[in-house]
Amino acid sequence: MFLTVIGALNEGFLQTLKLFLVTLIGAIPLGLVVSFGSMSRFTPLRWLTRTVVWVIRGTPLMLQLIIIFYIPGQWLDRSPWPGGETGRFMASSIAFIINYACYFSEIYRGGIQSIPVGQQEAGMVLGMTKRQIFFKVTLLQMIKRIVPPMSNEIITLVKDTSIARIISLQEVIWAGYAFLKGSHGYSGLTWPLFFTGVYYLVFNGGLTLLFGWVEKKLDYFR
Amino acid sequence: MSILEVRNIEKHFGATQVLNDISFSLEQGQALSIIGSSGSGKTTLLRCLNFLEKPDGGTISVKGNMIFDASDPATQLEKEIRTKRLHFGLVFQNFNLFPQYTALQNVTLARELLAAERGGESKEAIEAAGRELLAQMGLADRANHYPHQLSGGQQQRVAIARALALHPDILCFDEPTSALDPELTGEVLRVIRNLAEQNTTMIIVTHEMAFARDVADQVIFMDGGVIVEQGDPREVIDHPKEERTRQFLSRYSEN
Ligand SMILES: Nc1ncnc2c1ncn2[C@@H]1O[C@H](COP(=O)(O)OP(=O)(O)OP(=O)(O)O)[C@@H](O)[C@H]1O
Ligand SMILES: [Mg+2]
Repeated sequence: MFLTVIGALNEGFLQTLKLFLVTLIGAIPLGLVVSFGSMSRFTPLRWLTRTVVWVIRGTPLMLQLIIIFYIPGQWLDRSPWPGGETGRFMASSIAFIINYACYFSEIYRGGIQSIPVGQQEAGMVLGMTKRQIFFKVTLLQMIKRIVPPMSNEIITLVKDTSIARIISLQEVIWAGYAFLKGSHGYSGLTWPLFFTGVYYLVFNGGLTLLFGWVEKKLDYFR
Repeated sequence: MSILEVRNIEKHFGATQVLNDISFSLEQGQALSIIGSSGSGKTTLLRCLNFLEKPDGGTISVKGNMIFDASDPATQLEKEIRTKRLHFGLVFQNFNLFPQYTALQNVTLARELLAAERGGESKEAIEAAGRELLAQMGLADRANHYPHQLSGGQQQRVAIARALALHPDILCFDEPTSALDPELTGEVLRVIRNLAEQNTTMIIVTHEMAFARDVADQVIFMDGGVIVEQGDPREVIDHPKEERTRQFLSRYSEN
């Protein structure tokens, strides 16, 4: 029995992990684009971006997910999402990427704006190009400042992936709950649900160590 | 021929005129001190010379070449500004060292980037020159320290070495000791004095009147965006002709 449950939970956690990674891969660069938009000197673009960020951050991810998954099907003749788990995963990925890109963009913006203009001006009077100033002077200082808030946000993301269960994505909690209501010939099993918590704890524990290590690596300057 | 000719510089921020018809020239190897009360436009003038601000009017010539003419857009091309900046060096009031680099790396970074682009000097040669400059600043043993491990006076001396590394024709200082505790200003002023003795062409904005009088070959007193008085430091500081200069200087002799 134990092996059956662990096998099913592993499969669920694989889905959790996939959603987590796809969200990071999409939201980390998209967040940068959004942060540039929210700092644009072109006022309409700046306001549009900031409004979108405000709406996304001000409403629940669960609501966004439900809207993205169900509403297009209501408005079009049929749902644009492929059937089954593939469609659920695609919809989840898109909702998560958009949501997290907005959160990341605010962290980036804070990081970029916290670098004193003097750093850029010092680079300019030394004849550096904009590009050189970004890559050689400001980037690492920005990274140092965004690592702590980013690590908080990323650990939240690990837990947030469970929200995808609302559209029946078969992530780890879905897999654990299945043993309670009946699956693989078992029903009424409570411990698999508790056991899903172990996955989160171990994974987040690992991430915490990783971010702690990165912070320490960047500790050599202020 | 003067190394620097500044003619009729004007600068507005919105409706306020910050620089009004600023003209002066500077000879090779000479030091010019700019004094004046807060808000008189001293920083803005240095920022105009370093292309951090764009003047609304006037011209700037270095070694007889017109490098900026407010009425001629051809002198303001973005891609040329970078090279033109290299005529000037700027030492900031609050140092602006790059925190993630050691003292030596702060000094060598820009020169290495330039060498990578244009060819020429090897990394080793640049590094040796950087160490040499730090030694000249009395910081030979601090080459591998990060800025946060250095005192304010040491940081400012690294910043001076960093500016010198690119061999600017004219080195500008914007109140280089204002952010320092009194006991640390001496070491920075000593370094600048040494540079003056080696005939480095410099423009020094400072509130250190005694220093300005000793070191400068020429003094400019600014007030409200205009040059009120300029000339030999012993004239301007010890025997000012203008009432405004006298008023300003009296604040320094009182304490
Ligand atoms: N970016 C800016 N936008 C608007 N006004 C500015 C700007 N920079 C400077 N000013 C104004 O221009 C005037 C001159 O400023 P500046 O910094 O050149 O004076 P300063 O002589 O260097 O003064 P201090 O001795 O305090 O450093 C001030 O009134 C200041 O408020
Ligand atoms: Mg100033």
